[in-house]
Amino acid sequence: MKTPKIRAGERVAPRQQHNWDWRAASNFIAGGAGGGLLAFAAFASLWGTDVRALLVAGMALIGAGLTCVWFEIGKPWRALNVYRHATTSWMTREAAVAPFVFGCGVLALLTGQLLFVLLTGVFGACFVYAQARILAADKGIPAWRHPRCLPLVAATGFAEGASLLAVAAPFVIPQVAGQIAVAVCALVLLLVRVLLWRNYLRGLRTDGAPIGSLRALSAIDGQFLKYGNLLPAALLLVGVLGAPLAGAALVLAGLAAVAGGWWVKYTLVRRAAFTQGFALPHLPVRGRGTSGAGVKPGWGGV
Amino acid sequence: MTRYAMTIDLRRCVGCQTCTAACKNANATPPGVQWRRVLDLETGEFPDVRRSFVPVACMHCDEPPCEEVCPTKATTKRPDGLVAIDYDTCIGCANCVMACPYEARSIVHEAKFAYGDKPIKSEEVRFDPSRISVSMKCTFCIDRIDLAAKTGQVPGRDPDVTPACVNSCISGAMAFGDLDDPNSKVSRLIAENKTFRMHEELGTGPGVYYIWDKG
Repeated sequence: MKTPKIRAGERVAPRQQHNWDWRAASNFIAGGAGGGLLAFAAFASLWGTDVRALLVAGMALIGAGLTCVWFEIGKPWRALNVYRHATTSWMTREAAVAPFVFGCGVLALLTGQLLFVLLTGVFGACFVYAQARILAADKGIPAWRHPRCLPLVAATGFAEGASLLAVAAPFVIPQVAGQIAVAVCALVLLLVRVLLWRNYLRGLRTDGAPIGSLRALSAIDGQFLKYGNLLPAALLLVGVLGAPLAGAALVLAGLAAVAGGWWVKYTLVRRAAFTQGFALPHLPVRGRGTSGAGVKPGWGGV
Repeated sequence: MTRYAMTIDLRRCVGCQTCTAACKNANATPPGVQWRRVLDLETGEFPDVRRSFVPVACMHCDEPPCEEVCPTKATTKRPDGLVAIDYDTCIGCANCVMACPYEARSIVHEAKFAYGDKPIKSEEVRFDPSRISVSMKCTFCIDRIDLAAKTGQVPGRDPDVTPACVNSCISGAMAFGDLDDPNSKVSRLIAENKTFRMHEELGTGPGVYYIWDKG
């Protein structure tokens, strides 16, 4: 039996998007980690932890991400137009949450009121969710619109937030029990993240995706598992067990877990972001008078 | 109501790219940007080989994902079915570019001309600075459609108010008109032939129907 071959001309098959570069990726990288950190800082404040430094770091990360985006957009001096479409645009909603994050964060720093700290955390979590929805709404990129992408992007933001808290724990949480609680929390979130990651990859392969997306994501799978999840998980266990140098283990674990999450997001936004391409469900009837089978160049999967 | 749409008979298209050239001429798009282009697909293995030509552009969807994600309302869906962009409102965030499954949108950040840095005379006259650094795409020649309301002419029937690509098509593969008018050419072609719409499974409701066989 002959294998049907497709020779697609220029720009028929999916191609890597080039409109969102490292600056856009930075918003998802830094904004997600910052929002997650604010959420877990608020959580930690319930036990009396002084989280002022964490609030500053979380807001700085979100601010850095938004600044990168500001440099990316074509008309930066019209940036305030971003607030015009709250009814359906998650980009508008992300931008709308940001002033609440910074407003409550500044009030929390100035007054020390727990209410403002908690509100900052809630808005930080909303920021992470809005970012995940931005990608999910982009139907032109199959790797983003896949239903399993949204929980992955949200989960990695929160896992990075918990991991950053683990990095800070030896400095802001003097009690060993508190540090252990942070380590357990980060460990659970890493487990959730890795499960969602594998679930996402499996979903893409099963449902089909552009070959370029599958290649880019598969290329980082092994190393992400080893260095982004297993290594930090092992270090977090050292922290949980209260072994000597537990503080150093927490810091290293947190940094490795954050680096893993950032790597995944960079890959997702840049290297795995292939367009839909074009497909024909039926080849036109011409010449011999019969239709040919449909074609979908550049797509792969199981 | 009016719902403007296009039909493209894939049995007739010969891949001559005249529609591509007519679009560039009508809309003065910069080098490297094609609001309309014709895809070329070779499939099969000798001796069973097929070649298909597929003109693509903005599909002017019923549920345009670009309009949904646009944070500025620069992209709007008009009551007559056309998806339009307000260049003075767009911030060039490219979210719509990511949302469009038809690769119909582009953003050009600097003025480009066919022969170097300086425009030739025809480019100079038609250069539109408002299109720099914002999203742009096929408009179904929106100015011509709007002219129809003033002149009383019928888009799809009268060339003055019909998209340039449709006017230019040498094989008569492309047709334009009102889907809500059962007597329009597009309505009749869709009723009489087998059609599909590109990536229909995504739920965008494209306004371009590809004819692939007789009904």
